[in-house]
Amino acid sequence: MIFYAAALVLIAIGLYAIIIKKNLVKIIIGLDLIETGVNLLIVSIGYVNHGTAPIFSKGVSASMMVDAVPQALTLTSIVIGASELALAAAFVVLLYRHYGTLDIRKMRNLRW
Amino acid sequence: MTRSIVYSVFLALIVAVVLVFLVAFPFGQNKMGVGQYYLDNTVKQTGAENVVTAITLEYRGFDTLGEVTVLFAAATGVSLLLYLTDEEKKRRRNPRVQPNFVVRVGSRIIFPFVVLFGLYIIVHGHLTPGGGFQGGAIIASGVLMLYLANPDMHVSRNNLLITEGLAGLTYVLLGTAGLFTAGRSFLANFLPLGTPGLVLSAGILLPLYIAVGVKVGSEFSGIIDDLFSQAGETGGEA
Repeated sequence: MIFYAAALVLIAIGLYAIIIKKNLVKIIIGLDLIETGVNLLIVSIGYVNHGTAPIFSKGVSASMMVDAVPQALTLTSIVIGASELALAAAFVVLLYRHYGTLDIRKMRNLRW
Repeated sequence: MTRSIVYSVFLALIVAVVLVFLVAFPFGQNKMGVGQYYLDNTVKQTGAENVVTAITLEYRGFDTLGEVTVLFAAATGVSLLLYLTDEEKKRRRNPRVQPNFVVRVGSRIIFPFVVLFGLYIIVHGHLTPGGGFQGGAIIASGVLMLYLANPDMHVSRNNLLITEGLAGLTYVLLGTAGLFTAGRSFLANFLPLGTPGLVLSAGILLPLYIAVGVKVGSEFSGIIDDLFSQAGETGGEA
């Protein structure tokens, strides 16, 4: 339960950063926080009480494991998130080069 | 005033969603559907001990090919947005702060070990937590360390492109080879499964994850190179 709360707090902080902050880098950090929160949420939905990691080794049987599907999907999500962050960072570099600022309030003209 | 309203709305939202989640998906309860099938059959069907790896590469191998494609598209997008020729990059790298001797030499000593650790993570992807994506990211973090420690650091983009392309081709060819074997499906596991627990086991999972690791490592290195090549430049003009 604490994991649900933590995940949603992370998502809320990220959403807050995206909505309120004026600095593009902080907005990207907000994006990353949301992604982390969603990943934590997906993994914690798959948790089974007193479960172990879904890896077979000595003394671990299938009945003791947590759900592996959310973890596999989270792996996908992390990679997609990393590439998305890289792309966002590239856009920020371009915007900074063009406007000379990271403040979104000063990026008024829509045409370059 | 507006701030406090925003805060309270957020707080109310969090509490509401937590309550909804607790009702809809009770925490810690066994909610497995297809997951139980994977847990029961992974070792028998794929020979891998790590169920997550088996799902990513065996049951959802096609999905992972799409994921790698997304990563490739993002890396290409970064390159397109921040395009500079190799000559421009060399000219532009303008170190205002020279890192000190210990950092420069230390990073070169540590780098092989970082790569070795990354390879270890990749090769043991079907046995322990880890795999191609994680190991590739570790290798790329080693490259990032070199970039941070040596301002003149420069990776040849052509070599990266070739490695990346070959790794992607390996993935697709391994998948296509499955079409002509007993499984008759894309990415069918046609190599012997071996003894679960050994490095050389689990059929095509190991070569697939090595391909993914090389691809992820070279793509992230390319992204790092693109972002670092923007250094030593003043903002303000297009």
